[in-house]
Amino acid sequence: MSEEHSEERAAPPPGRDPGTAPEHDGRVVLEAEGVSKHFPVRRGARALLGGKRRAVHAVDDVSLRLRRGSVTALVGESGSGKSTVARLLAQLYPATAGEIRLDGRPARAGRGRAFRAYCRHVQLIFQDPFASLNPVHTVRYHLTRALRIHGRAGSGAAELEKALAALLERVQLTPASRYLDAFPHELSGGQRQRVAIARAMAADPRVLLADEPVSMLDVSIRLGVLNLLRDLKERLDLAILYITHDIASARYFADETLVMYAGRMVEGGDSETVTQRPAHPYTRLLLASAPDPDRVTGAAGDGGDAGDAGETADPSASEPPSLISPPAGCRFHPRCPLAMERCRDRTPPRFDLDGGQWAACWLYDTSGDVPATGSAPAAGTGRGSAS
Amino acid sequence: MSTSATSPVSAPPHAATRPPVLEIGGLSVDYGVGDGAVRALHDVDLTLRRGEVLGLAGESGSGKSTLAYAVTRLLSPPGVITGGDVRYHPRGGEPVDVLAMTPGELRAFRWQEVSIVFQGAMNSLNPVHTVRTQLTDVLKAHRPQMSRAERVGRARELLSLVGISPDRLGAYPHQLSGGMRQRVMIAMALALEPEIVVMDEPTTALDVVMQRQILRQLVRLREELDFSVVFITHDISLLIEFSDRIAIMYGGRVVEQAGAAEIYRDPRHPYSHGLLHSFPALHGPRRELTGIPGSPPDLRAMPSGCAFHPRCPKAFEPCGLRTPHLAPVPGTGTGSDTDTDTGNDTETGRSVACWLNDDRRDGEA
Repeated sequence: MSEEHSEERAAPPPGRDPGTAPEHDGRVVLEAEGVSKHFPVRRGARALLGGKRRAVHAVDDVSLRLRRGSVTALVGESGSGKSTVARLLAQLYPATAGEIRLDGRPARAGRGRAFRAYCRHVQLIFQDPFASLNPVHTVRYHLTRALRIHGRAGSGAAELEKALAALLERVQLTPASRYLDAFPHELSGGQRQRVAIARAMAADPRVLLADEPVSMLDVSIRLGVLNLLRDLKERLDLAILYITHDIASARYFADETLVMYAGRMVEGGDSETVTQRPAHPYTRLLLASAPDPDRVTGAAGDGGDAGDAGETADPSASEPPSLISPPAGCRFHPRCPLAMERCRDRTPPRFDLDGGQWAACWLYDTSGDVPATGSAPAAGTGRGSAS
Repeated sequence: MSTSATSPVSAPPHAATRPPVLEIGGLSVDYGVGDGAVRALHDVDLTLRRGEVLGLAGESGSGKSTLAYAVTRLLSPPGVITGGDVRYHPRGGEPVDVLAMTPGELRAFRWQEVSIVFQGAMNSLNPVHTVRTQLTDVLKAHRPQMSRAERVGRARELLSLVGISPDRLGAYPHQLSGGMRQRVMIAMALALEPEIVVMDEPTTALDVVMQRQILRQLVRLREELDFSVVFITHDISLLIEFSDRIAIMYGGRVVEQAGAAEIYRDPRHPYSHGLLHSFPALHGPRRELTGIPGSPPDLRAMPSGCAFHPRCPKAFEPCGLRTPHLAPVPGTGTGSDTDTDTGNDTETGRSVACWLNDDRRDGEA
């Protein structure tokens, strides 16, 4: 439904405004249109005797666009499907439904040559630099291999050495000679993640998918890595997908923020708008849960617990739903304090709000006509202008 | 223990004036012995007061977990406590030296008086035992007089205490979500109603929403049961919200300690300042943040003088030569502790280990 929806969008406002660009936007490198991924659940004995095959609905109907020179953040709890989206975009597994397009052309890289050709454009950085580097190989090996695979090692040892030094310099690991022959265990977490980034950059990609790139790092060096990614984005005109559970860092780092809940996108828009004027009740819950020192600075030392005691009954104090049998309608409705009748049985489409923000929430349906029964929620109902 | 619990906490005058429950003095811990020894903790002085939440913040390798293990005597070789003392003040009793306890005394002390929620607690449940077995196990060991039915009853009670329906008692850990497993761990830590609960990064692996729920529950439980909490995390913004006092560790030393709000408003150590400015804010202007340049020190090659000086933007001449010691900051006492003499009681006021501050103090004095 998001597909039809995006087509009927109005002309984009001037400048790079996330979420409102038309199809032919030349800055869009990678896009996903209505992508779903279901993982089949292993059948137990009972299921074999008859009964339908169950699946984990990890990602349902996700659409997003990555533009050159722009960072898109994907925020959500663990299990919300954000990493699955990254892996789908990296073509690590095939989508159950929907389409991933690179430069407007459908991309369905299988394995082997086609996959490598795709990888040249789209690279993935993993969360844990302690696990994503091979402990028995040096930095030189990791980077040389990546350069060779993508045919950028040049000819001869001198050119390779130059390429290696350039890569390390790009991620601010200088002098290169100090790091090239180091093993991963000799490096700190931040340095390891920089090596992982350098390895991704070895393909000279246009899209970088960063799956929680800083959450395993020490707090004091996280910003260094984020600033490095931002610097790379600016210098090389990269499109970056920044996956995180930390919405404050999304505000800091990303131009556009998308919020996922239980496999679906629930809100999107300019980072500043999404964090300052969250529209979807889930985004509000997420923001209210984020640690925020400002909340207590007025109070004395133990003021932090003052307002919390009475809130245990709040409906959000439950857990995200099972994705094997996700709730009908809006997946957030069992936890939503503002849930209405139709939230229970009809999936909300995207409703456009001001300034490129959108939310998949019936609260923003201003059309007023509530189809009595049965009819699938029409995508076109969402010309709301709630603010 | 819980019977006498509710009265003193109902109207705490100030966290800073409550009696201490755990006093750590000059604690040093080495990993390894002889020439290869690495000093993980240097002369740590810290006091935990009754009913307070003491936050321990620092990066990996700063010694915060080592401190927790040392005070509970859980440090396994090659960790060696090389100096200092840890005194536990039981309710209405004489202080006990934890470091001098015999194995038998330790067995009674652990979990009964001090319990610990381990780092990665989500994975510290035994996967082949049900929650019931694991919750009743501790009761079986420490309360042999309890009958089986009583133990199960207590386990049910504990589960509902942490907001899990008691019918999940028969569940195996893999049948519970991460947040629920974490809560089972917290329930287990509270099983014997200890005086002190040490939480080593209890919510790091959880989502913010779940994290807030669990912390909220913890705060509520602490009010009900009146235990003290040592909360270890690297997330200082979380500590500011949830703890009464914060001690910031760097390179095996406490570099600053103060009330949570004070530290947020006016960090005195450049490292505290850097740490606080490593978290992007949710509100207010979007600023360019830099974090702290460099990386945390390697314990095998600690910088001379102040361990932070190679990364410190304000480092000056004495920083590389002499190590600053934790000293009280006069003139900064907030309303809550002006009545106490900060000069000889470093624990009530704020203290900081930085030459910068020393200079300032000298100038003022």
